[in-house]
Amino acid sequence: MHSVTTSPIPDADMTPPDHTGGDGTCINVSDYSFFYGSSQALFDNNLDVPERQVTALIGPSGCGKSTLLRNFNRMNDLVDGVHHSGDITIDGRSIYSPDLEVISLRKRVGMVFQKSNPFPKSIYENVIYSLRIQGVKSRGELDATVERSLRAAALWDEVKDRLKDSALGLSGGQMQRLCIARAIANEPEILLMDEPCSALDPIATAKIEELITTLKKDYTIVIVTHNMQQASRCSDRTAFLYLGRIVEADTTETIFNNPKEKQTEDYISGRFG
Amino acid sequence: MPGDDNTKRSPRGEPFVWLTSLGLAAGLMMVAGLLWVIVTNGTDVFWPKRVAEVELREGAGFEVGGALTFSGKVDTERAKAGSKGETETKFYIANRDAYGASFKYIDDDAIASLSYPEGLLVIERMEYGRAIGYPVNLTAGDGEVVAADDPRFFEELDALVRHAEATRHEIEDLRRKKVGRLSRKLEKIALKELRLRDKHAGDEARLAAELAPLLEQREGLQKQSEEYARRATETEAALNASKLTYRLSSGGERTLEAGGLIDYYAPNTLGLGGRIGLFVSNVWNFLSAPPREANTEGGVFPAIFGTFVMTVLMSVLVTPLGVVAAIYLREYAKQGPLVRSVRIAVNNLAGVPSIVFGVFGLGFFIYIVGGGIDEMFFKTKLESGKPTFGTGGLLWASATLALMTIPVVIVATEEALAAVPRGMREASLACGASKWQTIQRIVLPASLPGIITGLVLAMARGAGEVAPLMLVGVVKHVEDLPMSTSFPFGLDQKFMHLGFHIYDLGFQSPDSEAATPMVFATTLLLVVLVVVLNLGAILLRERLRRRYAAATF
Ligand SMILES: Nc1ncnc2c1ncn2[C@@H]1O[C@H](COP(=O)(O)OP(=O)(O)O)[C@@H](O)[C@H]1O
Ligand SMILES: [Mg+2]
Repeated sequence: MHSVTTSPIPDADMTPPDHTGGDGTCINVSDYSFFYGSSQALFDNNLDVPERQVTALIGPSGCGKSTLLRNFNRMNDLVDGVHHSGDITIDGRSIYSPDLEVISLRKRVGMVFQKSNPFPKSIYENVIYSLRIQGVKSRGELDATVERSLRAAALWDEVKDRLKDSALGLSGGQMQRLCIARAIANEPEILLMDEPCSALDPIATAKIEELITTLKKDYTIVIVTHNMQQASRCSDRTAFLYLGRIVEADTTETIFNNPKEKQTEDYISGRFG
Repeated sequence: MPGDDNTKRSPRGEPFVWLTSLGLAAGLMMVAGLLWVIVTNGTDVFWPKRVAEVELREGAGFEVGGALTFSGKVDTERAKAGSKGETETKFYIANRDAYGASFKYIDDDAIASLSYPEGLLVIERMEYGRAIGYPVNLTAGDGEVVAADDPRFFEELDALVRHAEATRHEIEDLRRKKVGRLSRKLEKIALKELRLRDKHAGDEARLAAELAPLLEQREGLQKQSEEYARRATETEAALNASKLTYRLSSGGERTLEAGGLIDYYAPNTLGLGGRIGLFVSNVWNFLSAPPREANTEGGVFPAIFGTFVMTVLMSVLVTPLGVVAAIYLREYAKQGPLVRSVRIAVNNLAGVPSIVFGVFGLGFFIYIVGGGIDEMFFKTKLESGKPTFGTGGLLWASATLALMTIPVVIVATEEALAAVPRGMREASLACGASKWQTIQRIVLPASLPGIITGLVLAMARGAGEVAPLMLVGVVKHVEDLPMSTSFPFGLDQKFMHLGFHIYDLGFQSPDSEAATPMVFATTLLLVVLVVVLNLGAILLRERLRRRYAAATF
């Protein structure tokens, strides 16, 4: 019997990716099925997500994009009665391995939600939330993190004079960028985004898309979108899901210009969905 | 024509709209009526009304103090029972020592004339309620007599009022504080003696040796105590050498010793400013003074204090317990039939009659827990016949109310927790927070307004409760406030409570007529207190809500 208590090698969670096997694969999904109680949401999926690239998940609504994305940081564990088969590995390690704590997994895999959800606290406190829960007290470190994260999220210039104001006073697009800054503050390796622009106007959307392109220098990004233009504009690779199955996954160019599957072509050209 | 009929007919269900609004109107009217009665009667008590001198018709069958003239305040007028068109008036005639009652009903037919003579004084005194009469003279301590028509009279009277007040404080200090302190010391010595007798039973020589210093100490304390008592008596006698003599309208002179003189005013010459000033000072006295004369006179400060301390203590007990229970039920427990039935049980607990909680408090808290504590920690005191926690007191009353109001807090907290948006919890968890960190840093602050609402509902219910309190520590009168600087900090003391005060005054008082004004005033105070509590809660909640407004749109 092995122990399921705290990770015996905590540092292993924190070390930067070692680019397993040199193929640059960051997330690997193999034969993965997922069930909400008795209803199956994902069927035997396989997917490689390369590091420091943007991978887009597209497909009609209800096809399981969010479900797949939310399994990368095990957010679906919160739902009662879920179970899975197959495996997901990050940098070669299974996210379900008993000596990996969910909390340290979530530190490495940040998430931005469809509906921006800042805390009812100041902008400053929002950004450093993850540091606060880790017990970081040093004022200098906190200040540095706030500036670094807000700059990375292209929000610094807009809010630098009102860091102490409530985050709830920001506009929709600013709130979403604040959520990105909050995720970045944790220094994750991977950033998951579930339709981050669906509630935003075109200008705010453009800002976030621009941001995604700059962020991929440092982070592996997986983005769910129902907006085909968005996927083609800012992703390097695209996976098309349909009815819980990954129909096709390839470079974005191939998926949009030269898809191998009929279903993909139909969806891309707008014939359904 | 049928067509016309159709256009005139109102839509189906219209009558029910009327019915519902009628129901609301009826409810509002009843509440408004109740408030009106309470507010008018409650404030009337403090307003210094004019005092009439009444001449009665001969042979009408009415007299006051054997005479046909008397003075009194018109209180209320009403139709005579069992007569047609005849009315009678209720007069506040005061002078209970002379007339035997403070109120009298007089048939309006029997009244010959009413006048408002300027010389009348209303005299507040320590016993027998107020006196109403004409001043005659003032006898100073050295025997000097100042007649009422002497220009120095009112100056002297004012000085005497102030002197009497100061001297009463002095006597009170001697009797209550100094002697009280000594008697507590004596009690401790008695306990020590008991312990020694136990320890050295059978060893007479040893016992005598160890007892000697104790007995000596006791003797000293007793001497000192007697000295204080003697000084108090002397001071009182010296004060009582000064006297105020006044004449009743019904004839006959009476004297009031200065020890019993509190204040006076001339009701028929007082200007509006003076009346308002007197009104304010009456209200202040009511709020800040202890009761006198079986609670029918004086103020209600001990009851306010008792209610306040009890409510605060109750909140301190109920909040953590209720909130923790709700967090477990909502956040940690696996939602299933068991949790559902616990929730139903908690909800039903809110509907259990409060007297049942009183009985439980008496049986469990006082007899079992309190008795156990006494048995373990206050054994010697218990053996001398005095329970400490084994009898009703502040702590057990608060605990009983806390138990009674815990469902309110649990239900409100659970609702508040459930209302925290899922997105906010997920955001926190996605940042790598544990479940407890999420609850502590995100969920609890966001549900604070709801929790506070629940707490205030609980406080309002607890503050207005009477029935269970009678069993677990509330009494009609206490000498000392439930508060002390030494252990157990007054937690074991009995206390007064506004709700019980109303019940006691209105229904247990020997002279219910005399107590009526106090009942109204106290009721008004309790209503104001509950309204203030609720208003405070609403304001607080709105402020918090604005601060923690959910980020969802
Ligand atoms: N919490 C849940 N409980 C049960 N079924 C769910 C839950 N969330 C999603 N599903 C189901 O899983 C399927 C995939 O949903 P989702 O991943 O949200 O789709 P998408 O994000 O592609 O629109 C849908 O059929 C949906 O009804
Ligand atoms: Mg989705």
